[in-house]
Amino acid sequence: MIHFVLLISRQGKVRLTKWYSPYSQKERTKVIRELSGLILTRGPKLCNFVEWRGLRVVYKRYASLYFCMCIDEDDNELEILEIIHHYVEVLDRYFGSVCELDLIYNFHKAYFILDELLIAGELQEPSKRTVARLVAAQDSLVETAKEQTSSITNIIAQAANTASL
Amino acid sequence: MSGQSLMDSLFQRTLEDLIKGLRQQLIGEQAFISKALEEIRKEIKSTDLSTKSTALLKLCYLSNLHFHDMSFAAFHALEVLSSPRFSHKKIAYHAISLSFHDSTPVLLLITNHLRKDLTSTNEFEVSLSLQCLSRIANVDLARDLTPEVFTLLSSNKLYVRKRAVAVVLRVFEKYPDSVRVCFKRLVENLENYDPQILSAVVGVFSELACKDPRSYLPLAPEFYKILVDSKSNWISIKVLKIFAKLAPLEPRLANRVVEPICDLMRKTGAKSLLFECVRTVVTSFSEYESAVRLAVGKIREFMVDEDPNLKYLGLHALSIVASKHLWVVSENKEVVIKSLSDPDPNIKIESLRLVMAMVSEHNVAEISKVLVNYALKSDPLFCNEILGSILSTCSRNVYEIIVDFDWYVSLLGEMSRIPHCQMGEEIENQLVDIGLRVKDVRLELVRVARDLLIDPALLGNSFLHRVLSAAAWVSGEYVEFSRNPLELMEALLQPRTSLLPPSIMAIYIQSAFKVLVFCLHTCFVRGGSTAGVSASASYESFDDLSVENGAGSTVAHGQTCTSAPITNESIVNLLKLVELALSPLLGSHDVEVQERARNLLGFVDLIKLEALNSSGQEENDSEQKGVEATKIIRLVHDAFSKELGPVSLSAQGKVPVPDGLTLNENLGDLETICSDIELPSSNTFSFGYPSEEKDVSSFSNLQIKEDSGQSNESTSLLAEHRKRHGLYYLPSGKSEVISNDYPPANDPALQGDNNDTASDLVKLTAESLVPKRKPNHSKPRPVVVKLDEADEKPVAVKHPESRDDSLSGAVRDILFGSEDILPTSSRSNLPSSNRKGKEKQHMITQVESKENVVGDGNSSSRRKDHSHGKERRHRKKNAEERNETDRKEKESSSNHPRRQKSRQRAEEPLKVPPQTSVIPDFLL
Repeated sequence: MIHFVLLISRQGKVRLTKWYSPYSQKERTKVIRELSGLILTRGPKLCNFVEWRGLRVVYKRYASLYFCMCIDEDDNELEILEIIHHYVEVLDRYFGSVCELDLIYNFHKAYFILDELLIAGELQEPSKRTVARLVAAQDSLVETAKEQTSSITNIIAQAANTASL
Repeated sequence: MSGQSLMDSLFQRTLEDLIKGLRQQLIGEQAFISKALEEIRKEIKSTDLSTKSTALLKLCYLSNLHFHDMSFAAFHALEVLSSPRFSHKKIAYHAISLSFHDSTPVLLLITNHLRKDLTSTNEFEVSLSLQCLSRIANVDLARDLTPEVFTLLSSNKLYVRKRAVAVVLRVFEKYPDSVRVCFKRLVENLENYDPQILSAVVGVFSELACKDPRSYLPLAPEFYKILVDSKSNWISIKVLKIFAKLAPLEPRLANRVVEPICDLMRKTGAKSLLFECVRTVVTSFSEYESAVRLAVGKIREFMVDEDPNLKYLGLHALSIVASKHLWVVSENKEVVIKSLSDPDPNIKIESLRLVMAMVSEHNVAEISKVLVNYALKSDPLFCNEILGSILSTCSRNVYEIIVDFDWYVSLLGEMSRIPHCQMGEEIENQLVDIGLRVKDVRLELVRVARDLLIDPALLGNSFLHRVLSAAAWVSGEYVEFSRNPLELMEALLQPRTSLLPPSIMAIYIQSAFKVLVFCLHTCFVRGGSTAGVSASASYESFDDLSVENGAGSTVAHGQTCTSAPITNESIVNLLKLVELALSPLLGSHDVEVQERARNLLGFVDLIKLEALNSSGQEENDSEQKGVEATKIIRLVHDAFSKELGPVSLSAQGKVPVPDGLTLNENLGDLETICSDIELPSSNTFSFGYPSEEKDVSSFSNLQIKEDSGQSNESTSLLAEHRKRHGLYYLPSGKSEVISNDYPPANDPALQGDNNDTASDLVKLTAESLVPKRKPNHSKPRPVVVKLDEADEKPVAVKHPESRDDSLSGAVRDILFGSEDILPTSSRSNLPSSNRKGKEKQHMITQVESKENVVGDGNSSSRRKDHSHGKERRHRKKNAEERNETDRKEKESSSNHPRRQKSRQRAEEPLKVPPQTSVIPDFLL
């Protein structure tokens, strides 16, 4: 299974973390420090696997971002590379040629998409189109809710409500 | 107040504002964040759920990417969770799965929220709560929500069902009893034709099978069907993982599966699937020659590929094969050696591992030579990696593969001179260890040590200090093998030794002491100047140390004769040198150095007078004084010449407890004393008390105490210290008391008796397992002193206990429990589902007809009397196997008749269960 997913920028800034195994806050920082030291220093054209604490970290660089996933020793590394690529493609489709800034400003969206893809550390949805459809459906749910709250009438009604209390 | 809250929600910073602000802040990131956190703390208390959820989202961001604690918001997250709005729920679930852990106090309150959402009609809400459950589930949650998950497992919404399947894994882990409820439905999902569901279920089973494969053997037919039918690579990979675990348990299953896997390997174009096939074959099907050959072919393709990933994985797969088929590695030797110079450090390490796997006693010298050359050329990190693996491989099982120790010792010397070498500590240990264990190598060892000591350049390299300390110790301890002790003395006292750390400096001085005593001894006592001494103080040769007082004249002088004759004049110079070098050290800040220097100088003072006298007027001088001095020299020399042996870790335990001494009572006494913390220790105890206090309960301490008879604090402390630093102690009568019961390790005759029968047996089996290991060597391997258990521990095979945890127990109950009711038929697996049973039967016939196609001659008859045939085959197989073991045993029986019997006895009960196990052979 996948133990965690990390997105780290080339400068070592963390863009996304998702933990499927229990790690305390302290361990998390330590893991990220260790791994970014290990991965960011590796040159191009080297293999995409790093052994780490008896586990294996599969990483791939897209533009300035490193996508890292940590797996068990006997998991399939190439499969994980495919999952990473899959995720990037889904992001690309969602944001329309995704760039780092998209992920910075929409960090929660990146999470929600990842959640559609993986659950409990296992790949859940191998179809890009389905993921896109599901995410869109949930977005529309959120949007309608938001419109309701942010409309002026709503705010006034709310104000009146609280005032009358 | 209401106005305040309105303003809050109107002018609240959104997440985007926060991120923008953080990127443009001028006040420093930390300051900005702490300000933002302050805002969030205020906002999160708001009664308006929108404000609250935005605050929570911002907090998530800070916690996730800037690692700020968000545990304070646990309750607020729950409040947001109760909101009817989907957007709020989503944020709340996100926050919860991010921050909750098993000890979060409000975890108890979430059960009802989850239950509500799990039964919601909105599939997205259900999915959110499932996702959250998969992350935060603990025993209570898993138990309380099992019914809901169970319902969802057969939900008609695919989206929900596949998620429920994935979550089941966590629920099982936390609350094994849930297996009894959910397992049937989970298995039913294996029959599903929807690839998404199937992928999820297979994923769950591959995780489950990793933990306890045996329980899932009955499901093999289902997995087989999936393997053959699957179109999706994702699913195939997972199924292969399951078979990799199941196949070794059931040879008939392996027979059946190996062909489809090979087919898959030939056909597939996807590298990931191909690699999984290869890995499955090399880990679990290594007995199938043709399959392994096919896999090895693919591995070779991987290894020569341009893509570093494939190269790495190829090497990795090769290292898996290496454990069983070493020929594969030797076949691909060139590729492996070439990869040692790959730019990628990971590939280099992987190939280094492979090279080390090839090492045997025949090629260890060549391989080490090649590797040391590589080490010279490569970067410091990899260089040390190489050296480390050479050291650990060569020292494995007490230098099992080393035959020529002279070569190995000089290799150690060579390795320590490699510029990047940082393995000083390991080399130090091995130098000393070999010196203690292998007598025949000491001559070469001293030569290597001398070369190291004499080179002043090495003293500047701090990584080498440890090696130098070993070299100094070796040359002091085995000085009798030295060609030129005077030169050694100069090396030990050279001015640059001031660069050494004090602890090593102390070893240098102690070694100088030993060398000096040796020189004096050879010059005055052995020189035969004083009558009557020559008989007892004869020179000891290395293979005759213990017979010190015996016939001294038999000693072969030529073997170790010092080439430079030690004259009185040189002794005088030597003494001067010692005084010169050591007098500054009398003011050393380190007590150890100071003490040893003073010891040595004191000794020199004693001797000096006579040395000067005798140098002045030769032998006809004051008889009285000369005798006294030689007496001292002889005494000290005798003390030093008592040889030190390796000490077994368990030596201490062998000391028998004398009668009339109750350990517990004594301990109890000490405990009461210790509990009175502020006891004026000076009254009742010697100065040793305070440090004694901390290991008062240590067993060994007490044993030493009773051992030395007078249970006196300070002597026991001394003994403890001697035990720990025995190497650097003067061997005296005291130390012998400690290891009295323990025979001197370098006495080969005693060694055999020392081993108890159990370890004897281990040794015997080890020997018979490797028949005729060293057929003919031009040079016989010297005796390597081995101690009992302590050394043999790595040899002993560890039998991994089959972990019978509650989860697999429950699974087994479900699968095998129903099996027992209808043992022979496969339709019994899940009595409740008829559909399934039928399908299984159908599958059997399918499989069998396939067998027909393959053209197995008697398969048609086998089909007719299915059940009989099975049993017959069982018997046949049993008989065959017994024959084989008989044959094997005959082979070995000539050597070890006793062992054979015991093995037979042990094997017979063992043999039966796999054959008569309840596993139904669906596949036959």
